[in-house]
Amino acid sequence: MARFLSLADACEEVVRDGDSVAFEGFTHLIPYAAGHEVIRQRRRDLGLIRMTPDILYDQMIGCGMAAKLTFSWGGNPGVGSAHRIREAVEQGWPRPIEIEEHSHAAMAAAYAAGAANLPFAVLRGYRGAELARVNPAIKSVTCPYTGEVLATVPSVRPDAAVIHAQKADREGNVLIEGIIGVQKEAVLAAKRSLVTVEEMVDDLRGATHANACIIPGWAITAVVEVPGGAFPSYAHGYYPRNNAFYIGWDAISRDRAAFAAWMEEHVMRKGPEAFAPHARAATANKAA
Amino acid sequence: MSHYTSTEIMTVTAARLLSNADVCFVGIGAPSAACNLARLTHAPGITLIYESGTIATRPSVLPLSIGDGELCETALATVSVPEMFAYWLQGGRITVGFLGAAQIDAYANLNTTVVGPYDKPTTRLPGGGGAPEIATNCGEVFIILKQTKRGFVDKLDFVTSIGHGRGKGDRERLGVTTKGPTQVITDLAILRPDPETRELTVVSLHPGVTRQSVVENTGWALKFAPTLDETPAPTVEELEVLRALQARTRAAHGQA
Repeated sequence: MARFLSLADACEEVVRDGDSVAFEGFTHLIPYAAGHEVIRQRRRDLGLIRMTPDILYDQMIGCGMAAKLTFSWGGNPGVGSAHRIREAVEQGWPRPIEIEEHSHAAMAAAYAAGAANLPFAVLRGYRGAELARVNPAIKSVTCPYTGEVLATVPSVRPDAAVIHAQKADREGNVLIEGIIGVQKEAVLAAKRSLVTVEEMVDDLRGATHANACIIPGWAITAVVEVPGGAFPSYAHGYYPRNNAFYIGWDAISRDRAAFAAWMEEHVMRKGPEAFAPHARAATANKAA
Repeated sequence: MSHYTSTEIMTVTAARLLSNADVCFVGIGAPSAACNLARLTHAPGITLIYESGTIATRPSVLPLSIGDGELCETALATVSVPEMFAYWLQGGRITVGFLGAAQIDAYANLNTTVVGPYDKPTTRLPGGGGAPEIATNCGEVFIILKQTKRGFVDKLDFVTSIGHGRGKGDRERLGVTTKGPTQVITDLAILRPDPETRELTVVSLHPGVTRQSVVENTGWALKFAPTLDETPAPTVEELEVLRALQARTRAAHGQA
């Protein structure tokens, strides 16, 4: 059964030094508030996993928290490079980082295989693609029925998964709506999980349609209410993606000193309550 | 005759390749502009799919990211990312994949992974994302990118996604049954694979573009078709719709 904890206690409980951790979100519902708490807790040697590492992983990797990154596309979407990730890969700064690189199709299949308690995923993929040469985790299997050779990748089984969602009820059941990405798979593939939500409601039973994307509370380790917790990404139905922030991040993240100063001011000296104004601002805009 | 930029004729020319019957897997950036221009002009019934899971989406502004809320809010349905790649892309439901790239070679193989060696890159690019499987699991692939010597290279630093390999028969040898890249649209010209060799060949020059300028912006000895077409200039309507779309997009993303 999901426990209701403070964000600090929930992060301590779910994310530990040396863990493999998936902070998932496919441009939507990226768990920034939880990620920033983990940065404040100065976790070390994380194996970060995410299909689309963008600014949150740029921040974590720029702070030297990650020993490894498993991913399929890494950048600032629509803007350009994730400069902190690039500098870690190209210059080994602030520490060298190992990368395990996949295609989206393979990583999505690897999460689904993890959730299904399978050791690997199979797909018609990587044909003619050079990733299969440089990533030794990409192998193949011959179909026992047709003889077709298919690509395989190990399933993703993180120690911890961290996601943000719209609602949780008093039993800790969680509702995710909009672009749902691989968040359900990430939670179900992980040993421990933390879900931050925009809003607590009394009971999700009967409050949505029959096929809504619900993760039952008994499949989750900890739930925390953090309004605005996905800013500057977005929460469908609550507030829009702050595209201007993503564009502005390019200049901040190009420079080591500007990056360090930004992190000190906006992350290290702040707490989860810093996210709430972003949710309130959107509500005010809607009313106006 | 109206004035237009080389980027505008590239986008308009790419949009014209699409029809109402297409189910199109859309890459972000230039492909997204072309696909939505098609939808807003001659192909209102086209089905646009983004890898974030949005099916039959009709955004009023171009998304900055592959998963902007606009895509979901205007979609017929939004599915999970594993479902998108497994059922819809691998399932063979997509007629056209529309890709951009950092580098392309003479056989339309693409690189979006690294410049320099993979283990010690001089430039680490974002990576393949959906491209490796889009390149093999869509019915055919259209490619849109600006023609420069840095982008049109004799040898790719990395093969992120296969086009025609090293020539005719390479896709088939890998067990791939789809057509692969059939059109490459640049800001200077239209290139198509030669039916016999699969090597990219210039078939049409945009108005005012010379053979020499195309050659100078290509890093290999580029082939030309025996008779070259001239790409029709953008119409007034196409330019108006494209410019309005981009003005709405700039305003929406706080770049007024």
